Amino acid sequence: MKIHIPKEEYMDPGHLACSGCGSPLGLRLALKALGEKTMIVIPASCMSVIVGPFPYSALKVPSVHVAFATAACSASGIRASLDMQGDGETTVVAWAGDGGTFDIGIQALSGAAERNDDFIYICSDNEAYMNTGIQRSSATPYLAWTTTTPVGNLKERPKKDIMAIMAGHHIPYAATACVAYPEDFIRKLKKAKDMEGTRFIHLLSPCPPGWRIASDEAIKVARLAVETKVFPLYEIEHGEIYMLTYQPRGIPVEEYLNQQGRFRHLTDEEMATIQENVDREWNRLMEQCEGATRRGVSRLAQ
Amino acid sequence: MKRVLSGNKAVAYGVMLSRVQVISAYPITPQTTIVEELSRFCAEGELEAKFIKVESEHSAMASIIASSVTGSRSFTATSSQGLALMHEMLHWAAGARLPLVMVNVNRALGPGWNIWTDQGDSLSQRDTGWIQLYCEDNQEVLDTIIQAFKIAETVYLPIMVVLDAFFLSHTSEVIEIPDREEVDRFLPRFEPQYRLNLKEPQAYFGLCSPDYYMEFRYKMQRGMEETVEVAKRVDEEFGRQFGRTYGIVEPYRCEDADVVMVTSGTVTSTSRVVIDRLWEDGIKVGLLKVKMFRPFPMEEIKGVLKGVEKVGVIDRNISFGHGGIFAQEIRSTFCNEDERPMVFGFVMGLGGRDVTPEVIEEAIHVTLDNSRPKEEILWIGLKG
Ligand SMILES: Cc1ncc(C[n+]2csc(CCOP(=O)(O)OP(=O)(O)O)c2C)c(N)n1
Ligand SMILES: [Mg+2]
Repeated sequence: MKIHIPKEEYMDPGHLACSGCGSPLGLRLALKALGEKTMIVIPASCMSVIVGPFPYSALKVPSVHVAFATAACSASGIRASLDMQGDGETTVVAWAGDGGTFDIGIQALSGAAERNDDFIYICSDNEAYMNTGIQRSSATPYLAWTTTTPVGNLKERPKKDIMAIMAGHHIPYAATACVAYPEDFIRKLKKAKDMEGTRFIHLLSPCPPGWRIASDEAIKVARLAVETKVFPLYEIEHGEIYMLTYQPRGIPVEEYLNQQGRFRHLTDEEMATIQENVDREWNRLMEQCEGATRRGVSRLAQ
Repeated sequence: MKRVLSGNKAVAYGVMLSRVQVISAYPITPQTTIVEELSRFCAEGELEAKFIKVESEHSAMASIIASSVTGSRSFTATSSQGLALMHEMLHWAAGARLPLVMVNVNRALGPGWNIWTDQGDSLSQRDTGWIQLYCEDNQEVLDTIIQAFKIAETVYLPIMVVLDAFFLSHTSEVIEIPDREEVDRFLPRFEPQYRLNLKEPQAYFGLCSPDYYMEFRYKMQRGMEETVEVAKRVDEEFGRQFGRTYGIVEPYRCEDADVVMVTSGTVTSTSRVVIDRLWEDGIKVGLLKVKMFRPFPMEEIKGVLKGVEKVGVIDRNISFGHGGIFAQEIRSTFCNEDERPMVFGFVMGLGGRDVTPEVIEEAIHVTLDNSRPKEEILWIGLKG
């Protein structure tokens, strides 16, 4: 599938991201997809630094920086305010990290999603608290190294299933995306833009310093996350219609894990366990997709 | 129009007449009936506003910060634990220079759970950059909310309007409800200087280095200083239009008084009764009601208390390790003055313990009968 990537730029170069960071690429693509009638909420995260300090900004759309836990409810407030002023057109976007979404911001996100407040929430997931220097979050994968899960005390719990949590809120749209698949990401954003209510996008975005990869490897590693089925690309409509949007090759997880210093300590046995986990999750996802097909809904039918 | 209204209903009328556009709130005793009444107003179309039924007070404050920066007049109400939960966002609201108005129904903080009045919740937020106005009766509550929007939208600092749990929130009084058109004339539509705007994209509240931060804080302090005069002007204007004024402090029978008692909230009304009776007996006691706690109106307070030999301050709060907070503020107001009163700091009525006329009278007698306080904190009504 080929999709047109808009030429317009709403994020300038000269921002402050580390070289090779996936996050500014993600935001740049998102703004291209959503266009100039967009307002963006940024809670504490790497992005609060990336877009530049006062009095500068790398963004050409209005932006408001908010407290760590408040991405979703801040978006609710902007939406309510615009509605009162008769502006139903502007798209309100919250751009939060995995910490701001899976952990400290999950209460506000859950509240807003349950109310089905009208905005697009993008979780830019780099699988740890990177802004504060690589501490584990509940989005950190099983057995990954971080500064708070050092070797000898690795993360023993799986990554939280945020998509299942969001699906449980019966919101109109939730999708995964990856910075290495811009067409897929843009298509999902455009689809989300045309819907109303809470729309959630879980965007995988590698962090070279945090994942212990070279700064020119982010896209390659992000691709491997998808192709190994570690991070499948799919969407969920109304909390129940699951659809795969990209068929991964299904190569062994080692090829993904071996690329990254944060998994360097893994034994063969641990790799095998991770492969089992990935296969199990993949099968579960396939069942959910098939369930949707059995019930007679498919993307074409939508 | 005259109606019999509880303090909380008076709040709702104040909000409705102020034509608030976005409300976001979370219920807590004794604030809950404010939320209920405002929900009803919105549902019945008496108030055209978006009411975000958030899942916490932290989100309530965060969402009205966002609605305000997008240009809508915004309001919330809370109490006690809810206010404490908002703490991070209170700094954010003030630092963002947003003209929010919030009602806080004064309630003690746990543990143990206590739903009754004391000032520990609001005074714990002293240094967040919020203007604080304490009300004595329900009419003042309603009028102060309307005034508060006007003050806040002039100085660009948020305002907390404070009323006592139950003594005001759930007690009904006859109230004059101002005319809608009159209020519209007094309080025009909110036209902020800056707002999130597609035509002129700007970044709000981003990273702020040591090169800039301090000047922003300096300007907040200047805003606070300006607030004293702005609040007086707004109150006078309100008086000309509606026939009621309150002042930011109010001296009561202070002329020729031997001692003056300083009060806030509903303790003031009870004290008025006690003081009237004492004057009848030839005991010369004055009263100073402090309505504005932040900014602390030092000059106005000096104007009343200068030359008074002894001042008794009634605090329904305590800063642990120091004492009653109003007493501290009064002491610091005078510390560089050559002529300064002896300050008796009374702590009483914590967690809703009744501050009766007898209790107030006891404090007055301690002030009259001693040349200086025996202790830094004079506890009244403490059980053995
Ligand atoms: C209430 C609060 N707690 C902690 C912090 C410190 N803090 C700022 S950003 C951050 C981590 C952000 O992690 P994530 O959301 O994953 O975004 P990333 O930095 O990885 O982009 C933390 C812990 C804060 N700003 N506010
Ligand atoms: Mg992160």
